[in-house]
Amino acid sequence: MPKVSMTVNGKPVTGNIEERTLLVQFLRENLRLTGTHVGCDTSQCGACVVHVNGIAMKSCTLLALQMEGASITTIEGIAPSPTELHPMQEAFRENHGLQCGYCTPGMIMSALDIVRRKGHDLDEHTIREELDGNICRCTGYHNIVKAVAAGARAMAK
Amino acid sequence: MTATGIGAAVRRKEDIRFITGKGQYTDDVVRPGETRAVFVRSPHAHAKIKRIDTAEAARMPGVVAILTGADLANDKIGNLICGWMIHSKDGSPMKMAPHPAIASGKVNHVGDAVAVVIAETRAQGRDAADKVKVDYEELPAVADPAKAQAKDAPQIHADIPNNTIYQWSLGDEKAVGDAFRGAKHVTRLDIVNNRLVPNAIEPRAALAEYDAGTDNLTLWNTSQNPHVARLVISAFVGIAPEHKLRVIAPDVGGGFGSKIFIYPEEVVCLWAARKTGRPVKWTAERSEAFLTDAHGRDHVTHAEMAFDGDGKILALRAKTIANLGAYMSTFSSSIPTYLYATLLSGQYGIPQIYCEVDAVYTNTVPVDAYRGAGRPEATFVVERLVEVGAREMGLDPADLRKRNFIKQFPHQTPVIMAYDAGDYNASLKKAMELADVKGFGKRKRDSARHGKLRGLGYSTYIEACGIAPSQAVGSLGAGVGLWESAEVRVNPTGSVEVLTGSHAHGQGHETTFAQLVSERLGIPFENISVLHGDTDKVQFGMGTYGSRSGAVGMSAIAQALDKVIAKAKKVAAFMMEASEGDIEFKDGKFTVAGTDKSAAWDDVALNAYIAHKFTGAELEPGLKETSFYDPTNFTFPAGCHICEVEVDSETGRTEIVNWTAVDDFGTVINPMIVEGQVHGGIAQGVGQALLEGAVYDKDGQLVSGSFMDYSMPRAHDLPSFKLGLTETKSPSNPLGIKGCGEAGAIAAPAAVINAITDAIGTEQISMPATAQTVWSALQRANAARQAAE
Repeated sequence: MPKVSMTVNGKPVTGNIEERTLLVQFLRENLRLTGTHVGCDTSQCGACVVHVNGIAMKSCTLLALQMEGASITTIEGIAPSPTELHPMQEAFRENHGLQCGYCTPGMIMSALDIVRRKGHDLDEHTIREELDGNICRCTGYHNIVKAVAAGARAMAK
Repeated sequence: MTATGIGAAVRRKEDIRFITGKGQYTDDVVRPGETRAVFVRSPHAHAKIKRIDTAEAARMPGVVAILTGADLANDKIGNLICGWMIHSKDGSPMKMAPHPAIASGKVNHVGDAVAVVIAETRAQGRDAADKVKVDYEELPAVADPAKAQAKDAPQIHADIPNNTIYQWSLGDEKAVGDAFRGAKHVTRLDIVNNRLVPNAIEPRAALAEYDAGTDNLTLWNTSQNPHVARLVISAFVGIAPEHKLRVIAPDVGGGFGSKIFIYPEEVVCLWAARKTGRPVKWTAERSEAFLTDAHGRDHVTHAEMAFDGDGKILALRAKTIANLGAYMSTFSSSIPTYLYATLLSGQYGIPQIYCEVDAVYTNTVPVDAYRGAGRPEATFVVERLVEVGAREMGLDPADLRKRNFIKQFPHQTPVIMAYDAGDYNASLKKAMELADVKGFGKRKRDSARHGKLRGLGYSTYIEACGIAPSQAVGSLGAGVGLWESAEVRVNPTGSVEVLTGSHAHGQGHETTFAQLVSERLGIPFENISVLHGDTDKVQFGMGTYGSRSGAVGMSAIAQALDKVIAKAKKVAAFMMEASEGDIEFKDGKFTVAGTDKSAAWDDVALNAYIAHKFTGAELEPGLKETSFYDPTNFTFPAGCHICEVEVDSETGRTEIVNWTAVDDFGTVINPMIVEGQVHGGIAQGVGQALLEGAVYDKDGQLVSGSFMDYSMPRAHDLPSFKLGLTETKSPSNPLGIKGCGEAGAIAAPAAVINAITDAIGTEQISMPATAQTVWSALQRANAARQAAE
């Protein structure tokens, strides 16, 4: 089986994997980083969003072998320390932007990418349009929109 | 109100693990030596299985076992069952066809399992599954419930003619007929309540492990009610005795009803785990979920409402064909009967109601409870009839509703339910103010200037929640009691564990249940944990659905807390050498009335365990109490939702521009969580009205079988919502709670369709009201108008 090496949440990792292994499988099954979820098989729901070299991508749509040398960040890797939360995580909690929690890691990773691309002052319309690639069945998005706006503002501080 | 007590918007305890990626869902659990199950599923809606050849598949790398329906039958594994008996109006029992976990001899829907491959990895399992050769003889199929009873329809199950499971009725047909004959106006509607796919974002999963040393089986699964799963798998399927089977439903990523039911895959994983001696895991892919999760709704209804000259409703009658799919799922029979027809009185005093329901088999995935379960279908019938009736009679829809609202409680409807409390005028009035109904005319003119058609639709809904008094549901055919259990364990240091039979899969019980304990015991919120979802820990439980966890689950906790406090008072009396009757308990402190003697909560808890101040003859040591709470009635949450839409007359595209919801949920434990429940419910209701539809073609192929084809509501499909509350407490449980989980999904579809039809001036519109549907309706209406001119 071929070998792949990448950096995940700041740590170098390697693995010998079947060619068809998806990045999300590698993260979940090989590295046991189970915060990244799988909610569909058509690249629609966004539960698997991670950052690849700083850019949000759906890890169900990437082969792990494509990630040779890449730097991956998952939901487990965004908090500044084990005892602190990232401002976007804090905003989701403060605004009740999650219920069952299954889509949440992908939502947070996408939200960070929205801030990267659109800045810290996000209006409701922008957030709703930009969340197109993430499906939540629980919240009706109302509080997710609030959380993303609040998280974006908090990140500017 | 304290900062963490009842009524406080406490931030959720469970959030930390979810926002940091540390939740533990079933697929996250890994057992040593674990294998993966991959199912071979029927590509045909209806076919005979002539032969299954597994020889080549068995030689594929990594294959541990390949099992078929014949193996299942050889091992005498029982069928899955539907646990609610419905009798037809002629007195005959419903016709339940056998439902084996793996099909034997014949498949009845696309996705029906025909074999399972157990392999070292999922990829190897898939490769081998591709090599299982199944020789089918295709049979004609029927997917449309309206066609299932036709003479030329294929009969799906032997001995069940016309594919008819039951022909049930409720109400006085003759009295209703008399009322219609005396009516001044009759409104008639043909309604299709579109079939939906629940689509919790966590796909269903099961992991089974067999311990040969103890002969115990453990199942981790995505269940809303692990104890019921254990009971059914043990008592009916016969996999293992109940005390040898442990079911754990860890973090569960949404349910909406679809994770109530006992499914073939968990049965197969348990059976295969014992057979192979290896842990067996199955996790649905989304396309597999579309073909195996129980779907929702799928009613075809003709409904009529009779009015007198003053717009008072005289009677309602409805005839519904309900599609239950290829097999009867766990609670499927009850949804279009006792959870549907019993709510046809809505918020109105309707003297006579009659409803007939035919439940039919089709070559489709089984249909069962989905958020609201019967009550959205009832609300849609009632609220469309009232709205259209008002328009036909030239009356204001809000006024017509007010004229007919029930104002005295308790109120006995003609369809079983006795409403216990409510104030329907109050929620309508508040919603109309919040929605600025007065300013609607101006907004409509403004829209018209931009080429948009603006419409406003009401839905004054009711639901029966807090499901349910055991005696009542028993008399209606339920095979289970619908009480709930709780255990409150006070530790020697004074911290508290609550073990509940309710199950949370997004509802935030770890927070709200702790709020109740914090309020009652006056102890810090941080010192309370709530445990659920493990049959080895929790004594028994009926699980979470039907907005029952507040009204029933928390009432059980309240009852157990009363017992804990009573015993703690006894302990305190021994400690302070006072009479038990003189002990008062408030804010976490025990005092002796009329003295300055007091004992803190923690001291009393410790004394209960060290037992130095009393003998065993005087008092048993320890501080732990259990309770089984059975409610005295259903609860009746109700409210008013107002939807305002703009329709683009050129494209038919509908935009929801305002949403106002005023709900009466009785006592609210945590308003933040309640609002979240309402938001999510509305989103699912709007999804039904505008976007979602499970579409089968005439051959029984599900053509909307993925997120590419089945339109899930996304953030830009929805507005932000304006919410308000009114409050009448439920007298049917000690906390006054009514329940909030399903309200949005129940209210929303009628509000949306009433708004769109108001905008476009025709009632002929089906759900989902996609741009194409609305555009076509506009064209038909324009053509009809031109023909008339």
